[in-house]
Amino acid sequence: MLSLVTFLPLIGGLLIFLAVRDQSDSSASTAKYIALGVSLLTFLLSLRLYVGFDLTTAEFQFLEEVPWLPEQGIVYRMGIDGISLPFVLLTALLTPICILASWESITHRVKEYMIAFLALESFVIGVFCALDFILFYILWEAMLIPMFLLIGVWGGPRRVYAAMKFFLYTLGGSVLMLIAVLALAHKGGTFSIPELMAIPFDFGFQIFIFLGFFVAFSVKVPMWPVHTWLPDAHVEAPTAGSVILAGVLLKMGAYGFLRFSLPMVPDASRYFMPMIFGLSLVAIVYTALVALMQKDLKKLIAYSSVSHMGFVTIGLFAFNQQGVEGGILQMVNHGVVSGALFLLVGVVYDRLHTREIAKFGGLVHRMPVYAVIFMIFTMASVGLPGTNGFVGEFLILLGAFLTNKAVAMVAATGLVLGAAYMLWMFKKVVFGEIQNKAVESITDVNAREVAMFVPLLILVFWMGFYPGPFLEIMHVSVENLVQQATAVKTGVASVAAMAH
Amino acid sequence: MSSNFLILLLPLLGALIAGLFGRIIGLRLSQLATIIGVGGSLALSIMAFMSVAVGDAPTIHEPIFSWIVSGSFKVSFAILIDRLTAVMLIVVNGVAFLVHVYSVGYMEDDPHQPRFFSYLSLFTFAMLMLVTGDNFLQLFFGWEGVGLCSYLLIGFWFKKESACNAAMKAFLVNRVGDFGFALGIFAIYMIFGTLDYAEVFELAHQTGTYPAQTAFPLFGQVDTITLICMLLFMGAMGKSAQLGLHTWLPDAMEGPTPVSALIHAATMVTAGVFLVCRASPLFELSEFALAVVTLVGAFTAFFAATVGMVQNDIKRVIAYSTCSQLGYMFFGAGVSAYAASMFHLMTHAFFKALLFLGAGAVIYAMHHEQDMRKMGGLVRKIPITYALMMIGTLALTGFPYLAGYYSKDAILESAYAAHTTVGMIAWTLGIAAAFMTTFYSFRLVFMTFHGKPASEKAYDHAHEAPWVMRFPLVVLAVGAVIAGAVGAPMVGADWFQSAIQLVEGHDALEHAHHVSGLAKWAPFIMFLFGLGASYLLYVLKPDMPGRIAKSWPGVHQFLLNAWYFDRLYERLFINPAKVIGHGLWKTGDETIIDGYGVNGLANTIGRWAQAMRRLQTGYMYHYAFAMLVGVLVLVTLYAA
Repeated sequence: MLSLVTFLPLIGGLLIFLAVRDQSDSSASTAKYIALGVSLLTFLLSLRLYVGFDLTTAEFQFLEEVPWLPEQGIVYRMGIDGISLPFVLLTALLTPICILASWESITHRVKEYMIAFLALESFVIGVFCALDFILFYILWEAMLIPMFLLIGVWGGPRRVYAAMKFFLYTLGGSVLMLIAVLALAHKGGTFSIPELMAIPFDFGFQIFIFLGFFVAFSVKVPMWPVHTWLPDAHVEAPTAGSVILAGVLLKMGAYGFLRFSLPMVPDASRYFMPMIFGLSLVAIVYTALVALMQKDLKKLIAYSSVSHMGFVTIGLFAFNQQGVEGGILQMVNHGVVSGALFLLVGVVYDRLHTREIAKFGGLVHRMPVYAVIFMIFTMASVGLPGTNGFVGEFLILLGAFLTNKAVAMVAATGLVLGAAYMLWMFKKVVFGEIQNKAVESITDVNAREVAMFVPLLILVFWMGFYPGPFLEIMHVSVENLVQQATAVKTGVASVAAMAH
Repeated sequence: MSSNFLILLLPLLGALIAGLFGRIIGLRLSQLATIIGVGGSLALSIMAFMSVAVGDAPTIHEPIFSWIVSGSFKVSFAILIDRLTAVMLIVVNGVAFLVHVYSVGYMEDDPHQPRFFSYLSLFTFAMLMLVTGDNFLQLFFGWEGVGLCSYLLIGFWFKKESACNAAMKAFLVNRVGDFGFALGIFAIYMIFGTLDYAEVFELAHQTGTYPAQTAFPLFGQVDTITLICMLLFMGAMGKSAQLGLHTWLPDAMEGPTPVSALIHAATMVTAGVFLVCRASPLFELSEFALAVVTLVGAFTAFFAATVGMVQNDIKRVIAYSTCSQLGYMFFGAGVSAYAASMFHLMTHAFFKALLFLGAGAVIYAMHHEQDMRKMGGLVRKIPITYALMMIGTLALTGFPYLAGYYSKDAILESAYAAHTTVGMIAWTLGIAAAFMTTFYSFRLVFMTFHGKPASEKAYDHAHEAPWVMRFPLVVLAVGAVIAGAVGAPMVGADWFQSAIQLVEGHDALEHAHHVSGLAKWAPFIMFLFGLGASYLLYVLKPDMPGRIAKSWPGVHQFLLNAWYFDRLYERLFINPAKVIGHGLWKTGDETIIDGYGVNGLANTIGRWAQAMRRLQTGYMYHYAFAMLVGVLVLVTLYAA
């Protein structure tokens, strides 16, 4: 089942590769329909994972184990728990939306584009399901390739610079992660992720491993100060690329912290908690202030992403149920909301071919439906109660407050700053008189575009008013994780003292 | 589903129908849907009020559904109707219903009315959520919800730059307050492990079961209850426009006048007062917090009254008046006269909504002119509006036996009877503000209705408002006359039952009836002085105000610019934020991190990058292949 969900998109990609032979319009549309159909099917299948998911256990479910390289002890091992399931679902939901978003805006090399997108979906879902380190690492790296191409081939004018920056940043992080992975496997004697979680490592080794992972994950999150690839990547990426980048790829880093750092090297994680808090707080305040000054819509949302992900890392390192659940929920929220915000930018970019905030203004007069959708996602981004953003932010800040009041206090300033740049942007883009002649004749969202937003709108309110079903998925797994992360693994008393 | 649940649901349904289907069903049906929604909710509220507050039925408490559950943290949506909430239900739904009706007339030329009515009903829903919650988080839900609606309605005429800016300012200033409120909620959960009112209040009174002192950043060890109260009060200051966080309220007058009446006079801005009264079991345990509430309230009452005396925009005068009256409510609560504070909240809702809607009728008559200097002599053209405005003015200024006379005096006398230093400070400032209140209120009436018309043309076209606008005014006028006498039992012993619990010795309200003659007569004397001064300056010698302003230009400018708070904040917060943001972006990100870090690194390995570019063939399988080979080589090397 898991392998099917994971590799169905790749098979779809293969199908496009075989079925579509030229670059004619009809071929392009065949490619689009195959991609949409396959991604929708993947989403439906992923819902079966949710239906069949056992809420009462923290064990990995839907396990699949096939020996791969038996001599090296490398196993094709897949499985999900309450921490990975939300991300599998999120990826499966966002991909068809992304394909819809590319429907008209991608006009050249459509076939290759669709293949790249489907491959990306496979690799991303695979990363969330992989329970063997080598499998994980291969998928983690493989994911880079289609993303690199999406930016580098279908991106804006500075796409090569942005793609290279993205590639080098993440590659730099990955190298250190590989070393950490190999060292971990060497010491633990296995590549199995569940088994490695149970092995106690001495403190010095934990520190080493944590730092190796930290470099890779912090680039992906991205945390300050290794965030500067993100605004460039977003600005140059095509709309759907931005959506998937913000929606799913940014979750990789935080997922890594959850899956590896916290349970495998808990003592080191606690030891470095102040550093994570510090960097996250800088990210929240720093990037919020920078976002206030942006002139490009996509850059503004990109910077807001860094700020929001700062909340997430604080929640994860609060080491309590509320913080971690809030962090996971906020990752999903951010995927939904910033994904939608990038889609919204894409809608007007397709019409006006600009993203400069000053070129807009008064959109509400010509695009009332668009304005309402934009307003709802703006409010979700600001964390208004009744939207999903509130539940995540609230739990994170509550969790942080229970761990460290000062951290919660500084982070909470993000509530004010976040509202400042989002409302300023909304005012400039949507309200006011029409300044730009081109806006006079702009058309409102069409049926295809509405179809992209509807599922995301439903999630905003569903998760805002009744987040129960979403939190239930993670309760047991997170409880287990918090236990693992707060237990002293090394058994050395002085380490515990250092961690405080 | 119980009928109480419908109190919340009906306005929401109305809002959704008008908001989502307004274009399809048209204007009249949108109006009808929202008015029926709020009207139905009002009828049910009256029934609830009758059983809980007039009769002796027990408090209504019904859970709706579980909202957020995470670990030991559990919060539900619920309906709690005790006497405190029952009063709020009447005020909120009563004024909301009248404002809906009034808006049918006032907004008749506006092309976006379905949206307007949808927002009004959505606001009503959020406000009802706020007052009916049984826990702090539902209160916060409604709190931010009314903030959103306030934002949407202030910016309703979104073509106007000034309206958009005012809307944004309101949201952001309130967010500053909510920053404190949110931290307060965290602190409550940390100390008591629950956000449920009943549990929190009960635990709070079991001193010794929780740490009396708590460490807090920047403040060191502080009293736990004081900390919680101060954080909550920060939220209250934002929502109720108290000194320091008041700057958004005058600007909020950019919104349509019915909005000003409903949100920025009668209901939303009183949410802070409601919060303090709701959390009175906590505030009662902290003398320090009570003193702060008293002083902030008293200084706001004084400050806003001074500014109100010189404003020329008819709505801004009433806005500062609201700010000032909210100050009264707070210092009432601060001296533990919560009942008097709630009483004033109720009467104020009547006469202030009347004044705003009356001002709306004037503005309507003057074809959207708001500058009082361009009015004058309107008494002859719109006598009914004049009479109604006069009733509102008399009720506000404390004319004997009208609404304000009972409630404002109860607050002032309580402050006096508290026999504390802060109580006396509050009383003194309150009495001074009472003089100014009468002065600016009659100044408004005289400038608008008396004297010679400033503009003949506008005067000639002035006309009385239609009946849909007059009917709500008449109802409110009746309320402004009788609400004081009818509501007086509220300040009697234990009317609010367990909703308001006083600790031993906090008996200012009880002693308020026995204050000395001076304290009893002072407000009325101030009324006479204020009326006299106003009559002298604006009827007998209308050229005098100008001459006074000229002889003290500094003072006049200081008051006209509302003590320069806006300018101060701009220099202190807004400009630095822009400069820092720009610096971090250009210097931090582009020069340091990218310049020295990323690109510097990239240049040193430039040759490698060149090689990469040659490898960039554009075929995905090349990359995939290279990657896989790399990984396999590494694995093999390691395994060997």
